[in-house]
Amino acid sequence: MKIEIRNGRVIDPASQLDRPANVFVADGRIVGVGETAAGFRAEAVLDATGCIVCPGLIDLSARLREPGFEYKATLESEMAAAAAGGVTRLVCPPDTDPPLDEPGLVEMLKHRARQPGFAHVHPMGALTVGLAGQRLTEMAELAEAGCIAFGQANVSIVDTQVLLRAMQYAATFGYSVWLQALDPHLAKNGVAHDGAVSARLGLAGIPVVAETVALATLLQLARETGARLHVRRISSAAGLDLIRAARADGLPVSCDISINHLHLCDEDIGFFDAHTRLDPPLRSAADRDALAAGLADGSIDVLCSDHTPVDDDAKQMPFAEAEAGATGLELLLPLTLKWAADAGVPLATALARITSEPARILGLERGCFKPGVPADLCVFDPAATFTVSRERLKSQGKNTPFLGRELAGEVRYTLIDGHLAYAADRLL
Amino acid sequence: MTPNPQLNAHGELIHLLSLEGLSREILHGILDRAEPFTAVAEREVKKVPLLRGKSVFNLFFENSTRTRTTFEIAAKRLSADVINLNINTSSAAKGESLLDTVDNLAAMQADMFVVRHASSGAPYLIARHLAATGREHIHVVNAGDGRHAHPTQGLLDMYTIRHYKKDFTHLTVAVVGDILHSRVARSQLHALATLGVPEIRLVGPKTLLPTAAAQMIPGAPLRVCHDLAEGVRGADVIMMLRLQNERMNGALLPSPQEYFKSWGLTPEKLALAKPDAIVMHPGPMNRGVEIDSAVADGRQAVILPQVTFGIAVRMAVMSMLAGGGTQ
Repeated sequence: MKIEIRNGRVIDPASQLDRPANVFVADGRIVGVGETAAGFRAEAVLDATGCIVCPGLIDLSARLREPGFEYKATLESEMAAAAAGGVTRLVCPPDTDPPLDEPGLVEMLKHRARQPGFAHVHPMGALTVGLAGQRLTEMAELAEAGCIAFGQANVSIVDTQVLLRAMQYAATFGYSVWLQALDPHLAKNGVAHDGAVSARLGLAGIPVVAETVALATLLQLARETGARLHVRRISSAAGLDLIRAARADGLPVSCDISINHLHLCDEDIGFFDAHTRLDPPLRSAADRDALAAGLADGSIDVLCSDHTPVDDDAKQMPFAEAEAGATGLELLLPLTLKWAADAGVPLATALARITSEPARILGLERGCFKPGVPADLCVFDPAATFTVSRERLKSQGKNTPFLGRELAGEVRYTLIDGHLAYAADRLL
Repeated sequence: MTPNPQLNAHGELIHLLSLEGLSREILHGILDRAEPFTAVAEREVKKVPLLRGKSVFNLFFENSTRTRTTFEIAAKRLSADVINLNINTSSAAKGESLLDTVDNLAAMQADMFVVRHASSGAPYLIARHLAATGREHIHVVNAGDGRHAHPTQGLLDMYTIRHYKKDFTHLTVAVVGDILHSRVARSQLHALATLGVPEIRLVGPKTLLPTAAAQMIPGAPLRVCHDLAEGVRGADVIMMLRLQNERMNGALLPSPQEYFKSWGLTPEKLALAKPDAIVMHPGPMNRGVEIDSAVADGRQAVILPQVTFGIAVRMAVMSMLAGGGTQ
């Protein structure tokens, strides 16, 4: 099928392209970007007038909840959410039930996800069996089954010797290790940032040192083992400073933050809004501002949705007992645009954080419009606004602190491998 | 900012969830209303018919005989029907969710829920749920939620201070002890700040104070002291907090003996306060841990009057919420 996406403003952060152009797709691949393509006869034309055409979004953390938590979400519901959000490729953390610690589970997930119109799914393998932090998984087998990297989702490895060994073993094969920096002892029982808000509300605090102490350990072990480390979901200005210092010192460490931590802080907890119960916790306004600045200057490589669909029963609980997490696949693009607009970040730079940069972390030549790459792309109207509502969200998870907010940036079309996965104006 | 869920569109109290965000007028209004109720207890028939025909459900998800009893007495003196439920031994143990329990009891034509829960914010969840399901006519009174708030205790403490000191605006108040884990302290601090107390001292070891203690109540004149003598010097009111047994031996404190030595209120320490200073305690007291018996039983202690005032204050709150009009 030959498709022409006509009259859009094409932004390809990887090649620093930002100009009005047409995009030509044939046999599921990008064949050209420009005025015309020699000998190209479109079988279908998508009108992108007034819209931006960019590479499909790559989300470094989206929970699909399969296997094990189908009452929270299914592959079908979350793939519909991804397509509606312009997300064409995503990494699924291993905290399923059972966790992704066996090749069979990974193969099953990859197989289930391999359907036309579904985003490309990269399972993240568990670093330790059952995420229990004691025995290493069969990483080579898991990699062969399709795991793109190894991690522990939000679970910390308490035994630092196991952590050292896991990083050594991963480094042996050159696998990346993606870890969250949180000292489980310092964070014990905590449910909110240890600051003025948690002190006022009487919520047990998670101090910033829970992040920095763990992060210092991770950085030292990365240095020691040579493991390629990606730090997921940093939450504090002090944590960001440690990453900056390590990089200045030559350590090839990368990191990401979530859309929630980019825009919100502990003051948004209000009167115990369980939608703001997140892991890591929302930190102070000063931390949030530092993270936004770090994302703009590239100290933070990637912005991700940290998509975590949670069922209503698990959220309609007192704050401390509510399950942590927020749905996000459909909010990644509009919240990226909001940040770009609020902070005066050039659109191409902002979009790089959700396209070309995550592709670089994954080591894939994707998230760009280079001729020959699979045609994963997103057409969106940056001016069209909408109100975040339960009815509008396609994800089975209706849990987000942004419910009721008006955001700009509506996806018109999503193409995955040249296949029209989503079109706002028609039923598929 | 989210609207304060305990006030209606006219700024009137529909629930009592916290003392945060309640104006000086509302606080004094509750205390004023409590005044005549103190006399009810001295009458031969200790009842007024303000809540006749109303059903008050005491929903205690966490055990507390004392607090539950004071609410029960207050409701009965207002002629309400009182139903006591100890949920932690019934539904919750069978796996029923908090809101399912609330729905079931609401279906029994409750007029008021008095809620005690181990989790901070639980009464807000209940109030929001009632509003979302069109049952805002059922009033919620927070009888203590986690570390967050114990508003009727805070109010009875304010009643006590007003009774003995008349005016709040020249007082120095010391709150002493385990502020980190104390819902009583948080309610006291909000009320003291709103009522215009110019100096509030938070006194205790660093392990029992929030990291951000000095900023924990926006705009309040809080001063953190790690020394009891400095904390009580020249004070008009000393509010002691209860130290829970499970915090006495461990990573927060080495021993009750050492705690008493540094933070226990003795006659010698009390002598540093103003000669007419009053000593308060929300009970139950640990004699010899946070307070010396000579102080607890001394002439400056107002601990038993606090209990008496507590009934009147709870009657005031319940009658304001469910007694119809007259706010």
